[in-house]
Amino acid sequence: MSEFEQLYREVILDHYKSPRHHGLLDPNDAIAEGQNPLCGDEVTVSVRFGERDVIENVGFEGRGCAISQAATSMLTDLVIGRTVQDVALMPKDELLEEIGIPLTPVRLKCALLGLGVLKVALHKAKGTPLPEEWGASSGEISVG
Amino acid sequence: MSTSIPLDTEALRADFPFLEEQRDGRPLAYLDSASSTQKPRQVLDRMRAFYEHEYANVHRGVYRLAERATEGYEGARRTVAAFVNAPSEREVIFTRSATESINLVAYAWGLQNLGPGDTVVITELEHHANFVPWQFMASKTGANFRHIPIDDAGELRLETLDDLARDGSIKVVATGLVSNSLGTINPVERLAAWAHGQGAIMVVDAAQAAPHRTIDVQALGCDFLAFSSHKLCGPSGIGALWGRRELLEAMEPFNLGGEMIRSVGLERTTFNELPYKFEAGTPAIAEAVGFGAAIDYISEIGLAAIERHEHELTAYAMERLGELEWVRLFGPPVERRAGIVSFDVAGVHPHDVAQILDWDGIAVRAGHHCTQPLMARLGVAATTRASFYLYSTAEEVDRLVDGLHKVKKSLG
Repeated sequence: MSEFEQLYREVILDHYKSPRHHGLLDPNDAIAEGQNPLCGDEVTVSVRFGERDVIENVGFEGRGCAISQAATSMLTDLVIGRTVQDVALMPKDELLEEIGIPLTPVRLKCALLGLGVLKVALHKAKGTPLPEEWGASSGEISVG
Repeated sequence: MSTSIPLDTEALRADFPFLEEQRDGRPLAYLDSASSTQKPRQVLDRMRAFYEHEYANVHRGVYRLAERATEGYEGARRTVAAFVNAPSEREVIFTRSATESINLVAYAWGLQNLGPGDTVVITELEHHANFVPWQFMASKTGANFRHIPIDDAGELRLETLDDLARDGSIKVVATGLVSNSLGTINPVERLAAWAHGQGAIMVVDAAQAAPHRTIDVQALGCDFLAFSSHKLCGPSGIGALWGRRELLEAMEPFNLGGEMIRSVGLERTTFNELPYKFEAGTPAIAEAVGFGAAIDYISEIGLAAIERHEHELTAYAMERLGELEWVRLFGPPVERRAGIVSFDVAGVHPHDVAQILDWDGIAVRAGHHCTQPLMARLGVAATTRASFYLYSTAEEVDRLVDGLHKVKKSLG
């Protein structure tokens, strides 16, 4: 298998070219956006909750590399139907296994962007824990 | 300390190319390691290999060479974190020096947390690096600036702590772990507990301690700890700050620019996660790798063995210098000091002492050692200072004593 085929597996290319649950939900119960400062990937994730804190539907939009967008698409399949608490504590390895490709540290950030943004959305709506790297460390400057 | 294997100094000296240069058939007796240490081949080779085979800018590159560079840089961060027993490598920030590490805290924490009526406490022993930033920040914010005084032996007068704490206004206590001028080892654990009892944070300047003794930020109980690479066999231009995560997260950035951002817009910019929030701009990449290699080098030798070697040399130097009635020694007894001996030769200015010693191939430091308040307290303008490291020998101490006899004869 070539290096290209290892990284851009058929399933990755499929999710990239035909993303699942693409488009933001309107109305939604939770929404968050995030960027990967390393290469500028962007993802916005919206969530609708059903009964007993079950994630009923997820919709996302984004702009970025194939890995970041395909991983977010695969993530939506992985989390719909599960509870908020379950997903908030979902280990990143669960998504990485699903993606199933060797990832270098830089590309790891791409692959995990969507999961981080989803957890931020759940945190904002339900107060569930934030993933470590999305903690309170980021402040901001606002002008005008 | 007693269980460590003695250093094989002769074997270790073969690691240091500077010792290959001879004058009058002898290598330099380099007794200025408290100022900066010489570099072993292992560190130089590692940096050269990094530049030759692994170099690119870090973090943003997708290509494999950039990944190797990033791995080298982040690997050094893990090494630094383990070296001081940091709970997480995300709490380790690479800076330009211990000085910059302290400035980072003084600015980023101080501007947000100090105000009129608050008190900053430093010690009379402090290096200017842990003195001037706090003095400046106190004047900027209207905070009080007070110090823990020392006794005649150069040890902190802990009986003054209650008085300092009386009005309950202390917000930060900043102290060195080892005095660069006298070698005094300060009771930092006790001071940290005292600081926390006041609701204050504890900032430790470990620049002079980290090369010579095991550092454990969790055992010390401090909130910030600063040290540099060049004093522990690594390159200059790189240092580290360890900080307690919740404090670092609450702080605003110190330098701003690339790498420290998450997203930038015309109206709004958000900051990156730890530790990158505090690492704006391209860092000293190969220097960080060299820093890590230096830590590996001294860790393999063993900090306990290094500490014991220096202790023995210091005891020997104090004994030999103590025999000269025209030499006045400063500082605490050998049991409570690191490998530093500061002294005065009666009737001879330290600059002249150092000049004459240099002609015999002996390098010592003469001056105020960036501790002018301490010099004022000791009643001298300057001292002569000999300091030791893992490559120092008793024979070099003998050469120092012989050289001082010459000094005495020619100018004393």
